[in-house]
Amino acid sequence: MLLHRLRLLPFLPVYVAVYFLFLYLPILLLPVFSFNDAATTTLPLAGFTTKWYASLWGNTVLLQAARNSLIVGVCVSLISTILGICAARAITRYRFRGQRPATGLIMASLFLPEIIVAVSLLMIVLQMGLELSLVTVILGQVVFCIPYSMSVLVSGFEGFDRSLEEASYDLGETAIGTFRRVTLPVVAPAIVSSLLVTFTISLDEFILAFFLSGTEPTLPVYIWGQLRFAAKLPGVLALGSLMILASVLLLTAAEVMRRRAERRTQATPAP
Amino acid sequence: MSSVAIDSSPGAVKPAARGRWMRSEEARGLAMISPTLLYALALLLVPVTLVVAYSFWTQNYLEIDRSFTLENYRQALTEPIYRDLFIRSLWISLATSAITVGFSYPVAWFISFHGGAHRNLWLFLVTIPCWTSYLLRVMSWKVILGYGGVLNTGLMSAGLIDQPITSLLYNANAVVITLVHSWAAFAILPIYVSLQKIDRSLIEAARDLGDGPMRAFLRVTLPLSMPGVVSAFLIVMIPTVGDYVTPKLVGGKDGVMIATAIQAQFGKGANWPLGAALSVTTMVLVSLVAAAVVLALRLVVRRIR
Repeated sequence: MLLHRLRLLPFLPVYVAVYFLFLYLPILLLPVFSFNDAATTTLPLAGFTTKWYASLWGNTVLLQAARNSLIVGVCVSLISTILGICAARAITRYRFRGQRPATGLIMASLFLPEIIVAVSLLMIVLQMGLELSLVTVILGQVVFCIPYSMSVLVSGFEGFDRSLEEASYDLGETAIGTFRRVTLPVVAPAIVSSLLVTFTISLDEFILAFFLSGTEPTLPVYIWGQLRFAAKLPGVLALGSLMILASVLLLTAAEVMRRRAERRTQATPAP
Repeated sequence: MSSVAIDSSPGAVKPAARGRWMRSEEARGLAMISPTLLYALALLLVPVTLVVAYSFWTQNYLEIDRSFTLENYRQALTEPIYRDLFIRSLWISLATSAITVGFSYPVAWFISFHGGAHRNLWLFLVTIPCWTSYLLRVMSWKVILGYGGVLNTGLMSAGLIDQPITSLLYNANAVVITLVHSWAAFAILPIYVSLQKIDRSLIEAARDLGDGPMRAFLRVTLPLSMPGVVSAFLIVMIPTVGDYVTPKLVGGKDGVMIATAIQAQFGKGANWPLGAALSVTTMVLVSLVAAAVVLALRLVVRRIR
């Protein structure tokens, strides 16, 4: 009877369910153990506690790292979104020679092992005699974030109806005025989405920050330092859970914005 | 800069000035993309070129000897320690990308063909885990697979095993499992995109002409989705070959990969030219293997057809 029922189970949906379980289980484990009243990650669970979260609050090194991450994240998301806007606009609005190689170069960091990008940036920074600091982390993470911000923005700009801008020019508006009053309102959701996505990437990025941060750790670099000490694990789990929550919230907001952008460009009346 | 270029455009609309208009369109496009392009040139192309240059130089204590030499490459390719690391890194990235693509294809197919109105939601759910911190995901696998970890203690309290299984963590398998988990979404997305592009009437035609579902899949769907499979393969394989965190945290002694050796040359080892040669060799080798895999995949698909 059981065997019969098993055969009736559609194979593919079950497979997809198992696949999703595999994707989500590791991520859900961190929050589960961050509330567990034990210093080790063993089953069965020992009981509920919030003391690991409480222990985070008084930790000044951690708060400093969080501040560093925030500074880096805001700068990286702003710079890479501005650069992404330039590139996305150039690609969707104009046709010019060298467009493909230019796009290829801008997107290239996606297709390189991250350690090689990190090492090459480290070399050029030290070669130029610069000190490693949050600035070098920002410079490096922007290289890594531009491809993401560009793809979000290109899909946001693509459906944009050019004749709206032309109408605005014909009615005597300047280029900047047209951008502000015609283009920006339509593409704003895509820009917000790009800001959120790049901020999330920067918040979670480890390798570049590890190589380029010098003495000012970001949150992932701080976590890396803590992983050597088994006793610090529960605190790291609590911190990690908070970071995962932040990522999920930011990404959900970005996705909502991206969909709004899609709807807006599609809603523009056809010429 | 662009405002100047656009201000001159009203005159350019006249058909007589079409050549000039084309040129100004080109100029405007280039002006628009130039900030981003310059940034990528300065912080991606120049640094990578510097790495290539360094790989032909020599470290003399604190000085760099800039005369051309292939000594670094000789060392990178012949010293057993580096040769082993290269072979293991390539093997791990090859296995990871094959497994990731193989396991992800059905999911992409499911979302594309049976996702219904909620396709975008499905895709979003696939990507969420891959966007959360990579470091935390690797750490989580360490927590799962460890000696006193979730899997071992869970199985023990369920009475399935008496002693912890020691072979779960600190080996190449643990590295592959963790990497497959990390890169799943990067494989699903390109495959999904190419499946979406397939004209469904082609599959119906195959079915109408007497192909069973499996044959229709092998002869129509699979070959047409090959571009997605190839890009999924590349997008997983090339970055994973240089992975640093995963081997460090879950690889142990048997899971060390080339990134650890590269990092050592820029840290303790302080031999930048050798580190540069190892980096360049990694890129060249992974490109060669990736090209071979792409060719092999194309051949296999042609055979099936």
